[in-house]
Amino acid sequence: MVYLDHAATTPMLPEAVQAMTAQLTVTGNASSLHAAGRRARRAVEEARESLAASLGARPSEVVFTAGGTEADNLAVKGLYWSRRDADPARTRVLASPVEHHAVLDAVEWLAGHEGARVEWLPVDTYGRVHPDALREAIARDPGDVALATVMWANNEIGTVQPVHELARVAAEFGIPLHADAVQAFGQLEVDFAASQLAAMTVSGHKIGGPYGSGALLLGREYAPVPVLHGGGQERHVRSGTLDTPAIVAFAAAGRHAAAHREEFARDIGALRDQLVKAVHAAAPDAVLGGDPDPAGRLPANAHFSFPGCEGDSLLLLLDAQGIACSTGSACTAGVAQPSHVLLATGMDRDLARGTLRFSLGHTSTEQDVAALAAAIGPVVERARSAGLS
Amino acid sequence: MTEAPRRLRVLAAMSGGVDSAVAAARAAEAGHDVTGVHLALSENPTSFRTGARGCCTIEDSHDARRAADVIGIPFYVWDLAERFREDVVDDFIAEYEAGRTPNPCLRCNEKIKFAALLDKALALGFDAVCTGHYATVVRNDDGSRELHRASDMAKDQSYVLGVLDDRQLAHAMFPLGDTRTTKPEIREEAARRGLFVAKKPDSHDICFIADGDTQGFLAKRLGTAEGDIVDESGNRLGTHDGAYGFTIGQRKGLRIGHPAADGKPRYVLDISPVDNTVTVGPAESLDVTALTAIRPRWCGNPPQAGPAAYTAQLRAHGGETGVTAELIDGSALHVTFTDPVRGVAPGQAIVLYDGTRVVGSATIATTERRARAAV
Repeated sequence: MVYLDHAATTPMLPEAVQAMTAQLTVTGNASSLHAAGRRARRAVEEARESLAASLGARPSEVVFTAGGTEADNLAVKGLYWSRRDADPARTRVLASPVEHHAVLDAVEWLAGHEGARVEWLPVDTYGRVHPDALREAIARDPGDVALATVMWANNEIGTVQPVHELARVAAEFGIPLHADAVQAFGQLEVDFAASQLAAMTVSGHKIGGPYGSGALLLGREYAPVPVLHGGGQERHVRSGTLDTPAIVAFAAAGRHAAAHREEFARDIGALRDQLVKAVHAAAPDAVLGGDPDPAGRLPANAHFSFPGCEGDSLLLLLDAQGIACSTGSACTAGVAQPSHVLLATGMDRDLARGTLRFSLGHTSTEQDVAALAAAIGPVVERARSAGLS
Repeated sequence: MTEAPRRLRVLAAMSGGVDSAVAAARAAEAGHDVTGVHLALSENPTSFRTGARGCCTIEDSHDARRAADVIGIPFYVWDLAERFREDVVDDFIAEYEAGRTPNPCLRCNEKIKFAALLDKALALGFDAVCTGHYATVVRNDDGSRELHRASDMAKDQSYVLGVLDDRQLAHAMFPLGDTRTTKPEIREEAARRGLFVAKKPDSHDICFIADGDTQGFLAKRLGTAEGDIVDESGNRLGTHDGAYGFTIGQRKGLRIGHPAADGKPRYVLDISPVDNTVTVGPAESLDVTALTAIRPRWCGNPPQAGPAAYTAQLRAHGGETGVTAELIDGSALHVTFTDPVRGVAPGQAIVLYDGTRVVGSATIATTERRARAAV
């Protein structure tokens, strides 16, 4: 199989598998006081320190969750509630319109159920939020902003946001900024302390760790209202028995990601450039999504729109040849809809229906790109003949 | 008649029900390269089924996906909701509004499954579309196709496929019609194959009217328009809320206060949308001796000129009746019944058979009654 969907999930790294399986056979709840509990607690705290180091954070800033979606929900809902509790005037939420659904839908839920007034920040044709746009939005009334949220890098089109500049603007006004860094971790330099972010989401299975592992990096001055209530683990912010095997494996993957980031980004970026070239050679009218400047996009991401094609048709035809990729768009009732990200960038609705996202990872090879290069031309031709239904 | 088995690229339409799941499984077992596809036909799918009906919920889509996973074939959901609304739902409403009684399942087979879906499938390189219909396709030596009733007459669905032409049949695959299999046996087979839809109830009625309330569905879209209910002599017997709410042959729900002079039950004889009048009368007046049907479609060559004897089916679950049919000017079909039949309504399809073979179909335009002039 030619696997070009690493942004969906990437194979677990051997060191993560090893760390996880070793922990699976050991008993102990990290909250227990006896020896077994202390042993588990030690493993968890070492993992916390390790992950913090991988992300330029303090150990106490790491709140383990069961994945990126949970961390996003905790940041968006929890910070909204706590900020509004402190001052009822704070009901305005500033968000980019290109967020992952874990943020987007949480924000919309707040609007629908908690009286939040959502303001979607303007983006350019690459889906990028300009720091001045954030400044303008906050400055209109800094006193009524609960939080702002802008992802570090986009999961569909790979556009990297000017997170440092955005965080500086938010910090100037004392507004907490959350960034979903799920796609950025492992590909870009992600340093929580240097970023000045209030909160940041990371996920295990996107970097070679296990499914169901994630963390919210959370500045120590923030105490979001919990989404999950219970035993009071994780600074009383996220209750639930700590998943020791997943946490140690996540930390192992995080160490690998941090240690090999530069060479990975360089090598995978070169392979991605090959892929883009190959697709354009076979389908000259394919439109590259996101920022064409390699410095402005995730090194492992390539995103295309194929005029006159249905993304689903392209996917089906590639899948039939053993090539796995994604249309990059969200599914509603299993039915592909034009991506909200592409529509936010101003892309034409019909063009937005014919998209494919290719994402590379640590197991990607030149043979994978060659297989795609050989297949994509006829596939696009055939999908185009099937047209848009 | 036999041909060497060829590995075909087959697109299996999977509703989420047991029949289409077993059909896809059989096609895969026969060695074909099968891909499952669920058609999203509702523009506002609900999460869960209400009762046993429907094939358009997210739950049905999930059931179809699970079945595809068990069979081990790729699975996709295709959004044909817009086409379905235009070609089937809007047509259904317009037909009722015009005082006719449409069959949306035929329409869906003609316009969606074996048109929109088939065309896309062929364009994507598939050779055939497979469904869970109970009917049989026979390939003749000259390459032409014949559509026949299913081996199990009780489950036969050739009526709703009677609109398919030769080209559509050439790319149709009905794995359930080729063998003598009863419904309980299909369920057993599904269970044996590990398909958990084995026990899922059959779908009934009209898939886009989830609660089965056709009148409520129409009333919401066509509004209410009070009109008269009259007898055959034109005497006013009562009122109704909209002529579209009636079907010829209908007895219940007429809400006529007083009984007929002869004390016999009264039935809907005619629906006239022009003056919004519903005519009722005794059962005998429902007897139709002949009809004219339009939009004929032939499964294969059109019949020879001149009248010929066939059997006919007038409803999805109706029996057979003897007829003589003649093609008029190539575009209309005149059908005379050997014995009068009741409950024949304009808008319905008449499917002609020669033995078990489907000859063709047409849409009933006008009927002729024994005692009365043509309506």
